[in-house]
Amino acid sequence: MTAHNFILLDNAEAIAFERVPLVSPDAFRRAVLYAVGNGARISAFFGTPEESLVSNASRKDCSARRIRLCCVLAHDAQGKLAIGSTVIEDVYPALTPDCPQAHLFERELYEQWGIVPEGHPWLKPLRFHKRYNNGHDGSGHDAPDPAIGVTDFFHIDGAEMHEVAVGPVHAGIIEPGHFRFQCHGEDVYHLEISLGYQHRGIEPALTGGPNKRSLHYMETLAGDTTIGHATAYAQAMEALAGGIAPPRAQAIRGIALELERAANHTGDLGALAGDIGYLPTASYCGRIRGDFLNMTALLCGSRFGRGLVSPGGVLYDFDTERLSRLKDKLQQAQKDVTSAVNLLWEAPSVMARFEHTGALPPDTAEELGLVGPAARASGLVRDVRYDFPSGIFRFAQIPVSTWGTGDVFARAYVRWLELQRSLSFILGQLEMLPAGDIMTGPVTPAPKSLAVSLVEGWRGEICHVAITDGQGGFSEYKIVDPSFHNWLGLAIAMRDQQISDFPLCNKSFNLSYCGHDL
Amino acid sequence: MQTEAYMNLFLGLAFAPLLGGIINRIKAAFAGRTGQPLLQQYYDMYKNIRKGAVYSRTTSWLFRAGPIVGLASVLIALALVPVNGSTAPLAFTGDLILFAYALGLMRFFTVLAALDTGSSFEGMGASREVFFSALAEPALLLGLATVARRAGTLSLSELLAATSVTSPELVLVLAALGIVFLCENARIPFDDPNTHLELTMIHEVMVLDHSGPDFAFIQYGAALKVWVLGSVIVGLILPVAGGKFLLLNSAALLGCMFMLAVIVGIIESTMARLRLLRVPQLLVAAGALSLFAFILSMR
Repeated sequence: MTAHNFILLDNAEAIAFERVPLVSPDAFRRAVLYAVGNGARISAFFGTPEESLVSNASRKDCSARRIRLCCVLAHDAQGKLAIGSTVIEDVYPALTPDCPQAHLFERELYEQWGIVPEGHPWLKPLRFHKRYNNGHDGSGHDAPDPAIGVTDFFHIDGAEMHEVAVGPVHAGIIEPGHFRFQCHGEDVYHLEISLGYQHRGIEPALTGGPNKRSLHYMETLAGDTTIGHATAYAQAMEALAGGIAPPRAQAIRGIALELERAANHTGDLGALAGDIGYLPTASYCGRIRGDFLNMTALLCGSRFGRGLVSPGGVLYDFDTERLSRLKDKLQQAQKDVTSAVNLLWEAPSVMARFEHTGALPPDTAEELGLVGPAARASGLVRDVRYDFPSGIFRFAQIPVSTWGTGDVFARAYVRWLELQRSLSFILGQLEMLPAGDIMTGPVTPAPKSLAVSLVEGWRGEICHVAITDGQGGFSEYKIVDPSFHNWLGLAIAMRDQQISDFPLCNKSFNLSYCGHDL
Repeated sequence: MQTEAYMNLFLGLAFAPLLGGIINRIKAAFAGRTGQPLLQQYYDMYKNIRKGAVYSRTTSWLFRAGPIVGLASVLIALALVPVNGSTAPLAFTGDLILFAYALGLMRFFTVLAALDTGSSFEGMGASREVFFSALAEPALLLGLATVARRAGTLSLSELLAATSVTSPELVLVLAALGIVFLCENARIPFDDPNTHLELTMIHEVMVLDHSGPDFAFIQYGAALKVWVLGSVIVGLILPVAGGKFLLLNSAALLGCMFMLAVIVGIIESTMARLRLLRVPQLLVAAGALSLFAFILSMR
């Protein structure tokens, strides 16, 4: 199982950075391909300037050419992470042709550092921001700064083909993204998704931290996954500091994480019903989602869980009165959501829309490295809570919910299964909440270390990789939102589908634009 | 000039937008909401009529003509449908055909205006609309032909007066016309009038670029179309009470139209939209019902 030249570590475990193996580009490539060929997944794959690892050079006017590529592989079955690295200057042979899940990661490397993965089938920046190293381009001629929204699209020629462009301004209140369909009548031959309109530069802004802002960046980098990202950050910080949150704090984090999942899954099921014009579930779920959000607010005063999780523990505790109120509300919501969602599976007109729409076969899902409910709907058993348990999930396990068909129905049904299990998990935790503190002392990251922190957010695996410099500040902080893995899945699922089914497919994935764009 | 001839024209002009309000209230009740005011459609039209219109530079006179011709056509159709038992103002022998094609003209100009914008969405909507109405048209015409054969007349006014639900073929025709009614008026399960998803729309997407008074015309035209097709269905069902009972007949028509709106609201609240691929199948089924009814009427 061990990939050659990679070091194994656990979720939320820190190691000294010098222990990360540094190998030749060729050995690195072979190691990644070997591991992925044997069932590993790329959790994170990123570059960081070699000079910032030796000195404390600021990212601002960095003109680094020598980039350290780090790859975090997840071995789900063994519950182990493997990390390895190499140093690249300008070009290296692309992994994507042999390993499709590297596709977006390699485009990101090109976008951020001008590294050209040779042989990459569709090399262009993912977003529209400037290079981090002064516009350097590994291909030899320096590329101009990208103009927002200007990019090449794959297109199909022919008199009968027509191209449909949707976005970045949409008719609904959703995030901006551009979708380019190549259609033959109503049939979609190809969909290309162009994002980057939500780019805020969060990763560069985190370097030099942690500081007062860091936590707030985490809470808002994908607003609907506040608890997920904040927990991943807190876990990484605690690992770097060599501490661990008190049991009560871990339980509260788990409850908040599952409440977040419940709220979003409920909202998604309602939105799926709304997209096909099925009114009852759409209306009820919209309301019940609010109930779940209000439960998070009961916990910490914020419907999205802002300010709850912090490195070292949590900032709000339950008293008995709030505990019993939460329990009551939860039981009521459980009853409501059950009757609202079951209407879906009982309505033939709904099932006719859900079944066989946007099906993604398991092998495709595996090749693309999908995560979260989208992967589980294609029958892949991957769930960080189960594979890489950390925090409360080491003690209270939630079964992995899967379904095999990979269509819209499967993605909806997996959400429903997860929702039920999340609710019974929360009710169970409320019964046996550990006593004690909710916060450890101050959390100070160790210098020259690396920690990988995984959390199963409601969209799937959240991966944070933190590397500290000589003073314990972040020299690199890499965030991989689950959406980053899954956007390509949506594009592939749309092939040979009806263009009128796109909104439904899109909703069944419900990916984050800002989590992708960072 | 007889008041009774103009009765349906008057009722339609006054109450057509109310039907939309009723449908919305029914849907709201099913969803556990209060819903918008019953008169919301009137408010919307009043708001739009006072606004200025925006025209894209890529459009021509066709785009501006669309809403006007559309409204005019549906008014012609309305003037052909009487309150049961009376004669419509424009009635003549063979007005059945004019009725079907006045609605066809309305659709034709809506489609032309949509294509005139050059938007890929509107083109898509136009192609769907044309495809579906090509399938809905035989159902409508064959259905009306069946009734015409039964009644032995080609005038809508005489035809509505001469029929009631007494023969098996009329039941088939009513089923077919019910399907056509939902399809032509862009209701669930064919189209979702409330959706904001351009890629799934049929009718709504064709009028995305219209604004101000043009859009008010379109809204009014759409409301009148519901009324026109609805009052034909109601006219076929309602028994005739003779010319003297104008008020009774009018009240019955109004009541039945409201009932129809309630039924549409219930359908929309309890079922999801069809996948676009399935829409033609349902329309062909409606056509088959009409054809079967026509064959029965040949006995």
